[in-house]
Amino acid sequence: MNIFNLIRIALKALQRNKLRAFLTMLGIIIGVGAVIAMVAIGQGSKQSIQDQLSSMGSNMITIRPNSNMSVGGGARLDASTLQTLKLEDVKAIEQQAKYITAVSPQVSGRGQAINGALNWPTTIQGVSPNYLDIRDWPLKDGVPFGDNDVKAASKVCLIGQTVAENLFSGGESPVGKTIRFNKIPFKIIGVLAEKGENAFGQDQDDIILAPYTTVQKRILAITYIQNIFASALDENSSTLATAEVSQILRTAHKLKPADDDDFLVRTQAELISTFSSTSQLLTVLLAAIAGISLVVGGIGIMNIMYVSVTERTKEIGLRMSIGARGIDILLQFLIEAILISITGGLIGIALGITASRLITVFLSWPTLVSESSIVLSFIVCTVTGVFFGYYPAVKASRLDPIEALRYE
Amino acid sequence: MSKILEIHDLKREFRMGTETVRALKGVSFEVNAGEFVTIMGSSGSGKTTLLNILGCLDKPSSGLYQLDGVDISKLSRDDLARLRNRKIGFVFQAYNLLARTSALENVELPLLYNAELTAHDRREKAIKALEAVKLAERLDHMPNQLSGGQQQRVAIARALVNEPVMILADEATGNLDTRTSYEIMALLQELNQAGKTIVFVTHEPDIASFSSRTVMLRDGKVIRDSQNENVRSARQALSELPVTDDY
Repeated sequence: MNIFNLIRIALKALQRNKLRAFLTMLGIIIGVGAVIAMVAIGQGSKQSIQDQLSSMGSNMITIRPNSNMSVGGGARLDASTLQTLKLEDVKAIEQQAKYITAVSPQVSGRGQAINGALNWPTTIQGVSPNYLDIRDWPLKDGVPFGDNDVKAASKVCLIGQTVAENLFSGGESPVGKTIRFNKIPFKIIGVLAEKGENAFGQDQDDIILAPYTTVQKRILAITYIQNIFASALDENSSTLATAEVSQILRTAHKLKPADDDDFLVRTQAELISTFSSTSQLLTVLLAAIAGISLVVGGIGIMNIMYVSVTERTKEIGLRMSIGARGIDILLQFLIEAILISITGGLIGIALGITASRLITVFLSWPTLVSESSIVLSFIVCTVTGVFFGYYPAVKASRLDPIEALRYE
Repeated sequence: MSKILEIHDLKREFRMGTETVRALKGVSFEVNAGEFVTIMGSSGSGKTTLLNILGCLDKPSSGLYQLDGVDISKLSRDDLARLRNRKIGFVFQAYNLLARTSALENVELPLLYNAELTAHDRREKAIKALEAVKLAERLDHMPNQLSGGQQQRVAIARALVNEPVMILADEATGNLDTRTSYEIMALLQELNQAGKTIVFVTHEPDIASFSSRTVMLRDGKVIRDSQNENVRSARQALSELPVTDDY
């Protein structure tokens, strides 16, 4: 028996029952479509979170004082008021760490920026020139400040896009102008490129960057630093870099082996994986729900195939009497089930992709149709066809031709 | 004359719970090529059981059955299917055509289970078979567009298409009126004259009179096996039927 003949027989049988074949298919269509659309939503949100986190600089390592550490016994203090990080720590990391390419201290304070009649509440961050490399943050206009400016605590600054828009109207170039921040004049030497919102919805462009010495002395009047930003060699070495930095800081802070760290080291990769695992969970949940509908679709196929075997008992008897072997009947029904599920699967894939597009267009949710979800759901629905089509097909093939012929 | 089928001391028993029903209690006869044999008997005589065995749908409990020189008792289920496909043409009382399937495709059906044939061969053979039953103009008609007699002729074409050694008809005229029955018998007589061996199971003596030989069964045994002295011509019987107004 030739397989093409069997496919031809199965196709003709399906043609004779177009509506029923379509209704059976519907379960698979909806199942596959749902899997693809749901996974696309999950993957899309994962991708967009990852993109946003990467925009903060993907090799970035942040070091801040540990706020869980009680100082002098009693009240725990806010991290920004802890004074455990010093400039010496930055220097130690700079000199000793092998997996760190750049390191910058950071201090920040809030205040009012004023340019003539316009004013804007914003944050000033004091950093070293390295900071722009660590954050992977280019300038749109002007030049960055250098080590000399740090040494001299110069009153120069770089401003973010939001600040530029709020302090300078009508396309006026801010470079070379002087603004005041908490009454202290700063000369603008550059404008930062637009970075957009971060993963937490904060506007990263609402910022003024200045040499950390300037901010320490002229604005905050402190000698300690609040955070340290560093850049690992690459994403893979960020774990090594974290361990290395911890060791250097423990030595620098003269901590005994039994003491807890008085600082926290966080990598961007950790943050990404935390968010990724959350959205991964979302993807898995959505896919599981959609997968259930695929199983329901499969059971629908099984149900219809059983009904079909019973309804076509006489046909099976006839086919056997004119020379169909058990295996021919089995394959005919199996191929029918597989054809139904493959056709349903293909339509479902088209439906899933279309639905994903529509979700992006009408709901503005990010979606990402992944090839793997298409391949996977296609394989699953083929397997569904074989699995749920097999038992009815076996039942058909084991019919006794005499009884089947007499069946009314 | 060569023997198409030979049965000897054929027995078939069914187990119904604790009871054993002996449907055939030792049946023997032979059919030669070119014969037109009717097997007659009332219900319960064992003729359906015999038909199932002759059609290779069932195997005897004991005894010999040779079809075209092959002993079927040694064959597997699949081999029996192959034998049915190549050597036997079935004609059923209820025609058993596939619904929503054209006459041509219905006739092609047995050939689909023969991997040696191409699509072209199948079509050609099916058209030839339909021509033989004078339905060449109805190739694309669906069964519901054909009369009972025409449907039975499609079924006969389906039985002929694989060029079987024997046509096995089971009450093939049972669902038809007298005139149409005679038409079918005339067709079978023509095929018989062209050399086809036909075994026809019926309980109507009227139909049996068109065959050349009658085997009578009762209670699982052959009670009479006789040549028909004067075979009626179905064509002639047809012309002698009174023409009724309601026809």
